[in-house]
Amino acid sequence: MSREANVLFDAPGPRARARNRVLTVVSALVLLGLIVALVLRLNAKGQFAGDLWSPFLEGQVWTNLILPGLWKTLQAAALASVLSIVFGVVFGLARLSDHWWIRIPAGAVVEFFRAIPLLILIFLAFFLPNKVSPVIAESPLGQFQRMTVDYFFSIFGVQINAGTIVVPAFAAVVFGLVMYNGSVLAEVVRAGVNSIPRGQSEAAYSIGLRKNGVLRLILLPQAITVMMPAIVSQLVVLLKDTALGFIIAYPELLATGFKLIPANFGNNVLQAGIVVGIIYIALAMALSRVATVLERRSRRSRKTAAKTMGTGGPPPAPGMAVQETAGPRV
Amino acid sequence: MEQLLDLFDFGPFFDNFDAILQGFWAMLRLAAAAGVLSLVIGTVLAGFRVAPIPVLRWFGSGYVNIVRNTPLTLVLLMCSLGLNDTLGLAFSGEPSTTYYWWAVLGLSGYTGAFVCEALRSGINTVPLGQAEAARSIGLTFTQSLRLIILPQAFRAVVAPLGSVLIAMIKNTTVASAASYGEIAAVSKGLLDLPSFASGAVPLFIGVAIGFMILTLPTGFFFGWLAKRTAVAR
Repeated sequence: MSREANVLFDAPGPRARARNRVLTVVSALVLLGLIVALVLRLNAKGQFAGDLWSPFLEGQVWTNLILPGLWKTLQAAALASVLSIVFGVVFGLARLSDHWWIRIPAGAVVEFFRAIPLLILIFLAFFLPNKVSPVIAESPLGQFQRMTVDYFFSIFGVQINAGTIVVPAFAAVVFGLVMYNGSVLAEVVRAGVNSIPRGQSEAAYSIGLRKNGVLRLILLPQAITVMMPAIVSQLVVLLKDTALGFIIAYPELLATGFKLIPANFGNNVLQAGIVVGIIYIALAMALSRVATVLERRSRRSRKTAAKTMGTGGPPPAPGMAVQETAGPRV
Repeated sequence: MEQLLDLFDFGPFFDNFDAILQGFWAMLRLAAAAGVLSLVIGTVLAGFRVAPIPVLRWFGSGYVNIVRNTPLTLVLLMCSLGLNDTLGLAFSGEPSTTYYWWAVLGLSGYTGAFVCEALRSGINTVPLGQAEAARSIGLTFTQSLRLIILPQAFRAVVAPLGSVLIAMIKNTTVASAASYGEIAAVSKGLLDLPSFASGAVPLFIGVAIGFMILTLPTGFFFGWLAKRTAVAR
């Protein structure tokens, strides 16, 4: 068992052992009672009926609904991961800039996007351009709007028809995920670079490197080793958050598995939830495992002078300074 | 360029100001109840995870690993659609009441797993000598946890707990998917109204400011509290 479990109690003596046995039996009975109550309730509501579960044994359900949904989830997660790492590196380094006119705006952007709920950001991307674009199209900026959409945002599937912009759900989900997780990663990057001991940059300056060289050759390579576990565990959060696409009808795993399947197979909500949940849990746990392995490697690594940030460092809340504390990512 | 000023017409926003305020109020009621309950659930789970009884340890780690890796949207939908609608485990016949309590329960069950993780890492920061000293003066497991370990652990994790709390406040918006009408649901309802077309920009400004008023001072407060309560070692 884990290390801390042994901190709190001695190797039990005969009386403690007897007491622990009694408590084990009691807590096992309570848990068993809860499970039995749940099973009885499920049975009373006919939730064990075979035709509620059998859809998940059919190949077609998987090939037509679950797997395409999973693919959409992974697509959104993959694109958002790449873009949010880019966003995080750019804004994290911008916040470390020596120039106030770079540092302060970058800080404002990062704090803003961490203070707003992800769902509101997704709504912003999904609804706002659609409402705003007809007005802009009438103004002198209309031409400019049309060109930016045609030449840039069309990469993400954004369309403009007679001055009205339509943002596909995919682009809205990716926008929200990139802005929020990118801002969190910006803080991770900043903390990572700051965690490199001062002596490293002092030594680099003393051998004649400039700011650019110090950052590029000395600080960043060491910071990457330190940050990797924290970055990957933030990507786990990002992967889970793709499920918010459900709310704006992006056909990802939750929408196909938890909405379309119950709609087509006798409203088997609980069964679909369990199957979809297992898929999400397996994905998130696999990615978390990568983070743990990276953390272990980073702890052993001699490529960096700093302590690893670990998988658990909390995303510092907006308005809070980054600090070296343990805690989960949310 | 004058047409662009139409985008900042706050008229529709203030016409619906009551509905927006009610959305925020519904969100605050959810956040307050879930804040308290998730702290309780998280503390109990953390206690389970370090308990001398294997069954409780298994339950604690099983619960945390399952809930933490499930998307919150699914957790809340399982509560509202699954447990409430399908299994008929309603808190009351009134839909708004029962969906409120299921949202509270789902959000606290989810956040509780994160509180538990934060507390557990806090327990790890308490030096071994503290627990040994507690045992040597004859305190039992519960007593040493309650009087010695947890007070120090809580002080060590004020900042992470603050982050978890702020994340929870922002996560209340997801409850709009689970039939609970809070600010995200209100905003979506307004945006779907054709008559509200020109009020979109002010609406987002208002909602953003509302959330910044809630989250930024909370962040500053917990940052301050973390410094104040830090255990000097």
